[in-house]
Amino acid sequence: MWSSEEEEVGDTRTDSILGFYLLNEGNMGSNKCTMDFYDYTTGTYIRNIYGNANPSAVKELGDVGNDLRIYGNRMWAVINCSNKIEVMEARTARRVGQVNLANCRYIAFHEGYAYVTSYAGPVQINPDYEQKGMVVKIDTATLEKVDTCIVGFQPDRLDIANGKIFVANSGGYMFPNYENTVSVVDIGTFREEGRIPVAVNLHHLMADSDGQLWVSSRGDYYGNTSALFCITDPAGTPQVRRITTQAGTDLVAENMTLRGDSLYVIGTEFSYATMQNHTNYGIVNVRTRKVLTTNFITDGTDASIMEPYGIAVHPHTGEILIGDARTHVNPGTLFCFSPEGLLLWKVRTGDIPAHFAFLYER
Amino acid sequence: MTPRSIVIILGTIFPLLTFAQERDSVIHSAYGQDSVSCMMEVSVYARRSEEIVPSQRLSGKRLESLSSFSVADAMRYFSGVQIKDYGGVGGLKTIDIRSMGTNHMGVFYDGIQLGNAQNGLVDLGRFSLDNVEEIALYNGQKAQIFQPARDYGTSGSVYIRTRRPRFEEGKNQNLRASLKGGSFDLINPSLTWEQRWSKRISSSLSADYTGASGKYRFRYRRVLPSGQVAWDTTAVRQNGDIRSFRVEASVFGNTPDGTWNAKAYYYDSERGIPGAIVNNVWKHSQRQWDRNFFAQGQWTKHVSDRYKFQVSGKYANDWMRYLNPDTTLMYQDNKFRQNELYLSTAHHVELLPGWQMNLAADYQYNTLDASLTNFVFPVRHTLLLALATQYEYRRLRLMASLLGTNVWDRTTKGITSDPVSRATSRWTPAVYVSYQPLKDCSDLSLRAFYKGIFRLPTFNDLYYTEVGNASLQPETTRQWNLGFIYSHDWYLGLFRHVELKADGYFNMVDNKIVAIPKGSGQYRWMMMNVGKVHIAGVEATAEAVMRWRRDWSLVLCLNYTYQSATDRTDPTDNDPYYGTYGGQIAYIPWHSGSVAGNLTWRNLGLNYSFIYVGERYHTSANIRENYEQPWYTHDLSATYRWQLPRLALTFAVECNNLFNQQYDVIHNYPMPGRNWKGSVKVEW
Repeated sequence: MWSSEEEEVGDTRTDSILGFYLLNEGNMGSNKCTMDFYDYTTGTYIRNIYGNANPSAVKELGDVGNDLRIYGNRMWAVINCSNKIEVMEARTARRVGQVNLANCRYIAFHEGYAYVTSYAGPVQINPDYEQKGMVVKIDTATLEKVDTCIVGFQPDRLDIANGKIFVANSGGYMFPNYENTVSVVDIGTFREEGRIPVAVNLHHLMADSDGQLWVSSRGDYYGNTSALFCITDPAGTPQVRRITTQAGTDLVAENMTLRGDSLYVIGTEFSYATMQNHTNYGIVNVRTRKVLTTNFITDGTDASIMEPYGIAVHPHTGEILIGDARTHVNPGTLFCFSPEGLLLWKVRTGDIPAHFAFLYER
Repeated sequence: MTPRSIVIILGTIFPLLTFAQERDSVIHSAYGQDSVSCMMEVSVYARRSEEIVPSQRLSGKRLESLSSFSVADAMRYFSGVQIKDYGGVGGLKTIDIRSMGTNHMGVFYDGIQLGNAQNGLVDLGRFSLDNVEEIALYNGQKAQIFQPARDYGTSGSVYIRTRRPRFEEGKNQNLRASLKGGSFDLINPSLTWEQRWSKRISSSLSADYTGASGKYRFRYRRVLPSGQVAWDTTAVRQNGDIRSFRVEASVFGNTPDGTWNAKAYYYDSERGIPGAIVNNVWKHSQRQWDRNFFAQGQWTKHVSDRYKFQVSGKYANDWMRYLNPDTTLMYQDNKFRQNELYLSTAHHVELLPGWQMNLAADYQYNTLDASLTNFVFPVRHTLLLALATQYEYRRLRLMASLLGTNVWDRTTKGITSDPVSRATSRWTPAVYVSYQPLKDCSDLSLRAFYKGIFRLPTFNDLYYTEVGNASLQPETTRQWNLGFIYSHDWYLGLFRHVELKADGYFNMVDNKIVAIPKGSGQYRWMMMNVGKVHIAGVEATAEAVMRWRRDWSLVLCLNYTYQSATDRTDPTDNDPYYGTYGGQIAYIPWHSGSVAGNLTWRNLGLNYSFIYVGERYHTSANIRENYEQPWYTHDLSATYRWQLPRLALTFAVECNNLFNQQYDVIHNYPMPGRNWKGSVKVEW
């Protein structure tokens, strides 16, 4: 678990993006959350860098990584089952400190503060056991928690636009009574102002440059399937649209990322009807809200991907990175595709390759 | 008594009580001084009984001399067995025989299988050795034919036999009290009362309590390649506490032409679930409560020299509550209740001298209730039919059996799912052969067997809310085994008994039920029939009993197992370094073994044991991130028995993991370091 391995995989290039970090979640209880780094300047993939960068960290990075972001000179890794956010130097992955936060999920930044969702808000017996989730505000300079805001049950991904924090509430622990709303939190007062009903069991949420929200639903695993929604004017008079293909099929949105006007949506879902997995690699144009393709992989490589799980698109080149989680208990694979959907290279990762952060030259 | 006469006693078929009484004199005399005849008794029983292929067994004094608290601890001394031990007194301990998976093991308690239709697991850590007389392990099935159909239905079986009452001449009552205590704040008092009511009926009542905080120190550290210590952390294992109470009442009877016994068992426990130690999480708060009750009986009657039958029955009621009060996780408070009803009849006929036949029919009924949302309340009816035959011709013994399994499951409608009804019907064979290659020499015998069997998907596999998959097929195993046993007894000289056994085997597991990620996030799994495992292995055992200067004796036992258990699931995942195809499956070491020695001088006994489990990986991608170090423990114990006119006192002290090795059997579940136990036992 402790030392890293290097592998030459791609070509060398000079760009203001020096490389990217990949956070491998690791299966629950395994304590195998690891971090890999791809160096664009040398074309080298380095697995498991955390132990080398932090030899004295007891039990390494932790159990189940859930989000990874670089903000300023620092990198923040949200480690769900280790109940902490690991703060590192972005260039070296050397540990700066940690913020303890139980069942923490996703992170977003705004003007010197980090906002992190957590499933573990205060417990109430009302008359049944109830535990709402919250967003915790953290000072990025001092790593102190400065405020909390209670939102819905089991809040997941969040994003910030137009002075509001938007939070996708899942209600994942409330089965079968999932949540179906996005919480709107005013960033100044840091209080929940309202809710936008969308669909059951929300997961991802991203704001595009027009302030539209792109929200995914996991579905309820019975009648309702996973689907993608767009909310226009979320801070004013929100309107929710379900994004489907021309044939009327939903997109499975296990993960998504935005580059320019393109929203990349990947996912696989088990269908009880066919007893098979249904997979898509979709691109949605966020201006027209049209699905451009449901399979941007054009060379057939998708047949060898077991479970597309993590996605990132290089902001400059448009190269697409896809993390294949495979069986979740064994190493995953990272695929790099050209913008045209042709495989450029692939490499072994840690367990469940899921979250990416690009490192810029400063 | 000579070993020969024991053979004769054992050879006559199942006169349970008389047999027990006859054995008593041997065991009793063996107890104080004559451990050798005890040993012989054990080995003779194993070799020359009705079983074609002998089992591995531990009984009597041998069992007592091993530093073992539970049945699971004792089973570490069998070859071909891997224990999954989550650590501590209360931690889950299950066994995996010849790498086919824990669900393939049948555990039989006084002749009748302990069921768990919910998850198929039997926690062997819960059976204290206090009231256990013998543990026997069979590969495939017990290779004798006169048994219920269910005994033919597993890939491997463990038979736990509780103590049968035996009375010395002129005595009608035995009382036994013992108290054990030691590390982990363990306290374990127990009491047994045995009574002979008449020549034909005797009874036994046994109860024990186990309490422990389960606390122990463990240490994790990292040493850099330069030798410098990067970090070194010692912590105390938390939430491993247990409190359990067991009471068991049995009645044994014999009639002129048969035997019968009946038993009632109750177990009540509360325990913490210590959980995985991961970064920033050093304790857990999950709890589990169990209440297990069963009542069972068995009656054997010899109608004539050529026909006998056996009737068995059981009712079991198991209740379990799981609580997760951890506010950092999903709150869970789930209750489960299982019912099982079991009836069996077996009929044994001698068609011709040397040719026997057995026909057994079993019926079993299982239900499961759970306080889970959308639970489907499954009900299962199982009808088993077994036809078996045994044939002896000169030095050849043959046994063949065919088991027919018919299962009907029905579920009540859940909130969103439709009711399911499914049926499974299969025929599975087994063939056992043993041959004595040397004329007039029974010391050496060769043996072979083939068995094909399956395990049904458990209720959890099929119906657990969200995870279950009602379209699962049974998980099948096929086993081929070839081996020999050589043993010889001497009545004079240093060596009194030597036994060598070796077996080679090949197993195939198909349609293995594996949890597969289902997609769309948040740890959603689903059970699928996708796994495939090939296992090739060798087991070897050597055993010697030595005696010298009248009152010294030494028993030595060596065990070695080699296993190559490879994952054959996904041929496309075949990278020579990190691919799972062809990789050694999770937690199966290539090499493992044990050494146990027992030195006796008069009433003083000294026992030493060494257990070794070689390097393993915790998944079938055999890369260094998944590597698990070998572990080995040395245990030492001493016993002294003080015989007084009317009562006997036995004192024991043991030190386990003498060299304080820090190890994990399961990744992130630290095991205890050096620990102590002391006990005193009074018998009168």
